[in-house]
Amino acid sequence: MSRENSFHGPLADPAADAGHLGHPPRMGFFTDTSVCIGCKACEVACKEWNNVPEDGIDLLGMSFDNTGMLGAGSWRHVAFVEQERPLGRQDAGLADLPTGPSRSEAAAETVSRALPVAGRGGGDLGTAPVHLGFPSFELPGAGTGAQGRTEFRWLMSSDVCKHCTHAGCLDVCPTGALFRTEFSTVVVQEDICNGCGYCVSGCPYGVIDRRPDDGRAWKCTLCYDRLRGSMEPACAQACPTDSIQFGPLDELRERAARRVAELHGAGVPEARLYGHDPGDGVGGDGAFFLLLDEPEVYGLPPDPVVPTRDLATMWRYAGLAAAALLTAATAVFLEAGR
Amino acid sequence: MGVRRWIRAWPVYRQLTGPDPLGRGKAAESARSAGLVPRTERADRVVDSVCPYCAVGCAQRVFVREEPHEHVVQIEGNPNSPISRGRLCPKGAASKQLVTGPQRVQKVRYRPPYGTGWQDLDLDTAMDMVVDRVLEARRKGWQDRDAKGRTLRRTMGIASLGGATLDNEENYLIKKLFTALGALQVENQARI
Amino acid sequence: MGSNMAEAHPVGFQWVMEAKARGARVVHIDPRFTRTSALADQHVTLRAGTDIAFLGGVINHILTNDLSFREYVQAYTNASCLVGERFEDTEDLDGLFSGYDPRTASYDASSWAYESVPVEERPGGRAKEQAAPYQHGSGGPPMEGGAQGIARDLSLEHPRCVYQVLKRHFSRYTPEMVERICGVPQDLFLDVCRAWTANSGRERTAALVYSVGWTQHTVGAQYIRAGSIIQLLLGNVGRPGGGVFALRGHASIQGSTDIPTLFNLLPGYLPMPDVTHESLAAYLDGVRRPGQKGFWGNADAYTISLLKEYWGENATEENDYCFDYMPRIDGDHGTYRTAMDMVDGKVFGYFLLGQNPAVGSAHGRLQRLGMANLDWLVVRDLTMIESATFWKDAPETETGEIVAQQCRTEVFFFPAASHVEKSGTFTQTQRMLQWRDQAVEPVGDQRSELWFFHQLGLRLRRRLAGSTDERDRPLLDLAWDYASEDGEPSAADVLRHINGIDLRTGRTVGGYTELKADGSTACGCWIYSGVYADEVNQARRRKSRFDTGPYDAEWGWTWPMNRRVLYNRASADPQGRPWSERKALVWWDAERGEWTGHDTPDFERTKPPDHVPPAGSSGPAALRGDDAFIMMSDGKGWLFAPAGLADGPLPTHYEPHESPVRNLLYGQQASPVRKVYGRPDNPSNPAPPEAHGEVFPYVFTAARLTEHHTAGGMSRQLPYLAELQPELFVEVSPELAAERGLTHLGRAHVITSRTAVEARVVVTDRMAPLHIDGRVVHQVWMPYHWGQVGLTTGDVVNDLIGVVADPNVFIQESKVLTCDIRPGGRPRGSDLVDYVEDYRRRAGITPWTGVRIVTAGGHDGPGHTEGDPWEGPS
Repeated sequence: MSRENSFHGPLADPAADAGHLGHPPRMGFFTDTSVCIGCKACEVACKEWNNVPEDGIDLLGMSFDNTGMLGAGSWRHVAFVEQERPLGRQDAGLADLPTGPSRSEAAAETVSRALPVAGRGGGDLGTAPVHLGFPSFELPGAGTGAQGRTEFRWLMSSDVCKHCTHAGCLDVCPTGALFRTEFSTVVVQEDICNGCGYCVSGCPYGVIDRRPDDGRAWKCTLCYDRLRGSMEPACAQACPTDSIQFGPLDELRERAARRVAELHGAGVPEARLYGHDPGDGVGGDGAFFLLLDEPEVYGLPPDPVVPTRDLATMWRYAGLAAAALLTAATAVFLEAGR
Repeated sequence: MGVRRWIRAWPVYRQLTGPDPLGRGKAAESARSAGLVPRTERADRVVDSVCPYCAVGCAQRVFVREEPHEHVVQIEGNPNSPISRGRLCPKGAASKQLVTGPQRVQKVRYRPPYGTGWQDLDLDTAMDMVVDRVLEARRKGWQDRDAKGRTLRRTMGIASLGGATLDNEENYLIKKLFTALGALQVENQARI
Repeated sequence: MGSNMAEAHPVGFQWVMEAKARGARVVHIDPRFTRTSALADQHVTLRAGTDIAFLGGVINHILTNDLSFREYVQAYTNASCLVGERFEDTEDLDGLFSGYDPRTASYDASSWAYESVPVEERPGGRAKEQAAPYQHGSGGPPMEGGAQGIARDLSLEHPRCVYQVLKRHFSRYTPEMVERICGVPQDLFLDVCRAWTANSGRERTAALVYSVGWTQHTVGAQYIRAGSIIQLLLGNVGRPGGGVFALRGHASIQGSTDIPTLFNLLPGYLPMPDVTHESLAAYLDGVRRPGQKGFWGNADAYTISLLKEYWGENATEENDYCFDYMPRIDGDHGTYRTAMDMVDGKVFGYFLLGQNPAVGSAHGRLQRLGMANLDWLVVRDLTMIESATFWKDAPETETGEIVAQQCRTEVFFFPAASHVEKSGTFTQTQRMLQWRDQAVEPVGDQRSELWFFHQLGLRLRRRLAGSTDERDRPLLDLAWDYASEDGEPSAADVLRHINGIDLRTGRTVGGYTELKADGSTACGCWIYSGVYADEVNQARRRKSRFDTGPYDAEWGWTWPMNRRVLYNRASADPQGRPWSERKALVWWDAERGEWTGHDTPDFERTKPPDHVPPAGSSGPAALRGDDAFIMMSDGKGWLFAPAGLADGPLPTHYEPHESPVRNLLYGQQASPVRKVYGRPDNPSNPAPPEAHGEVFPYVFTAARLTEHHTAGGMSRQLPYLAELQPELFVEVSPELAAERGLTHLGRAHVITSRTAVEARVVVTDRMAPLHIDGRVVHQVWMPYHWGQVGLTTGDVVNDLIGVVADPNVFIQESKVLTCDIRPGGRPRGSDLVDYVEDYRRRAGITPWTGVRIVTAGGHDGPGHTEGDPWEGPS
């Protein structure tokens, strides 16, 4: 085994690197967001299996997302992104309707401005109404054509701990509570964790967090106990459309590459993988994704070396990305109109 | 635990002597982790069931443990099902909470006329009280014939609503009993 | 259409996603962009309540461009049958069919009959009061002489043949008209037409999915008829990948229709006897007629076997098998009628069995005021629900209309056993029965419905033992001796009796063809016969999908006869060959002389495709070898319904009861036979041609969320679900938000003539305004799961909805109404009553609003209020 690679860069066999001899293949998740229906079965199945507590009955106003982000009480999080742009060849049916300008961006802005004052998880946002009104614009029907929104897509994506090849949380854990399992996954051992919280700032994705009641750190274990029993993780088993796929990482990477090619062939050029590359800042993720837009749009850091905890920034990114695309789309439209 | 075993189990010893000198994997494995198995493996029985929410009919497996008392330890999809292939929606995935949660009422509750709160009532007594009331309401709403002399043989004093969440066998007995009582305002969600 | 499948049936939607991955095109037509639309290839926004205009447009497109599957249509539908000369279409009568009686607001359907079929004239008023189509069971109404030659023109040219009648009826439904009525741009509409027709025919099939987005309308049954007509014209019925799928919303709502807890049905879609049935013979005459084709011809065997199951040895040929023990219906005894009768003090006791009408039924306020006026109420549920606690926390306690100290209703709450605490079968949406084994014992007083009703029966009989009162005989003579397991009645034994037993041998019968009309068999539900064949609980089978063929025949049991695709004889051509290899399902094996294939053939196994029945035969024997629709009285799929529907032989676009616009197709504004209940506690918002519709300018629709279940008793009480959709909200488009000054996440309230409901605002591009005949129409949507009890609480959205119903099935129109929406919270306490009263005053609403239902030219419409239809000012 190669010691040099233990902290950065590609690492072929993280489990062996962590001393697991004769271990099973590296297991992981491939989340294909192009078939996610946003049902949140993953969130519930995870909580049922792992006894994760309910963590806030609050309306967040981020489309249908009322979970907000990953944390000690949410090991799966389904993001909902409303955008004024088309999805592949999908026809949203808005053309020729008496629409005004899109408000997707404004809604994202509203939420991104409210979240910093709402605290982690957005807990207060739902209980304290925020009257962040829209700028007024002309009454509907008055404007048509380029002024009106004609495109729309609704993206959904189930986020989870990435089980990094080089896991910041594990590397900074002083107690040995965080460890790499024989499946190459990264797990907090609740009988060891003393709640020091170093891992929280060590995670480049803002995944791991401490619970307010017991102070210990919690996150997705990739259902370590179920893996021991040759069972699929609860979220992957429940997922109705197989958006969350579980299996040996090598197989998943091959499958994912085929799926991207398939989508490109089907007229969805925006399909791309995220977290699959062993050469990235964390040596590749054990849980990687097929996305239909830039990672920031989904609240994922574009460069996962840098720990990113600022959800407000994340949501503003979504708005900015949408705005940039709108500008581009409008330019194309005007171009075509000539 | 003998001293030697105790020393061997000490993480630092394992770290220094094992293949995980950085102490981030095997050497850091806790006692709990070492013994970890899915709780379903400790179930005494696995029972075939069906999700109680919508009408897709997703197959569920209910894992039951007898100790310390009979209880459900897990409900999840059954991968063998040709309908659902083991998958569940958020509601189906919450079935264990539905079945085992504190929201489940366990005792009969009774609110007397003009009462402002619930009272306790013994199940047997409650059943007999319902018998009395059914017979009285049936009598008050009884109709033998209509104005044209045609047979009605019914009571309009009793109505019922529900069945779409119940079993076929239950609906069968409900309809049969009400029909024999002459009660016909028997309805369920299918009308809604 | 009318279904949000990804959202309401997520696990079922995996098959749509799988089909899509294999190249299927998915089109979602819905008033709003939902989680289903997000995954569809195409979304079409249409105005709620205009689906028939859209579907009529598709039918017109098919007929005008000659795109039907001609051979299928000629062989298997009634396209060639001639309609009688007395028939007049909506084209002739400004939106009415012949036979309309404005006084009773109902049809005499006799003029809709085929040319050569004898019919009796039926005064329409009676038909309307009987939920007529249900009365005729799943196979349609009886038809005398269905087996005899019906006049036909196989060239489909005769002006009175169904094909031409259809063509003329839908000729107005042009793309331009679809655009003006539905708000769907013509290009988009034509895209859908092209996709639908291009994916139908010999080699391809298209499936149509609907849910309560179609049924909850005053013309709900006709929505489904319109979809069925398209599927028949395109050859998409009885074939793999085709069909019309009703996605149902509760675990056993299909079962509770098959084995009905419904007022007008007996098990197996046999009608409930009515006042005209003084004898068993008279009853059976109402189900099937001499010379009629098909399996309803054996209704005597099904009925007598049911009576034998009900009354056992006491049911004999001499006493008409106790037929006289049956209570008789004589009108609308549906749940809404009953709720009004509660308000009026005519009902004394009410059982609620896993149902929460205070939240889940339309006009929740009417439901609660009804419950507050009972002698007693029994609620059986898993958790405390709003319908059990209305006396202390109903919205009416806030307004002072219900005061606990003055509310006399005695309430019994019995905790119910959950699905893992009892064994039994659910019937899922594709008619499959799946048995559940009991996993654990219920605790405390928790009991199954099976226990409760069996106990109630035992105790009632004990109390009445020795009674000489004739009215107690049905109860005392009832067969109520099911086997028991540990003090519980055995669900398996009940299922055995539902399956049917040969009384000579004591063993279960193998299927409904073994049932006899001579009292030698007992069977609780003839269509379920076979579920316990060979004394084996077939519904308990769990042969893994990994070990079985493509139709998974050994997982559960599907009625009828474990058949997955109904009318699958139509998957083969008239000669019995598959229409194409790609779409082969069942076919005639000439060598072995039988029908065979991947599914259980829906045809007599050895009847050859060229079979011509001998003269004078009836029932199944009268079916020809190419009569694929074996339950229909003429063996054909009905494009035109010559009888059986209360509101016309063909679907017709009528505006909803509450609509912001005038019907652009006919003088007749809304369904001329819709069931209205004109009474002060059930007001309607005005609709054209009535004045003041502008007080409620927006279209309102309500629906489900994935994260919650119906009235919320099984979801708002669970932390893991409550946190996912934590608060009641109302969705509006950015355009409507601007028009009304609504802010994202701010508060707003929605108002109708019934009440006002408060919610958080969600402004989203998923909602879009529409151009309707030159004006902009906005739609407002709310999820309806909230009430006062649970971890997340909120106003009851169903309180906004009044009661007006489809005349065929008495289902309420809750998918479309009109409303206003205003920023800020609603008034509290008694101020709310005044606030809504003020809206009613401004809109000029009286009990006569919305009940003068005839608006077609030449008719002077009377108001249809409770009691005398002529009552009130005119």
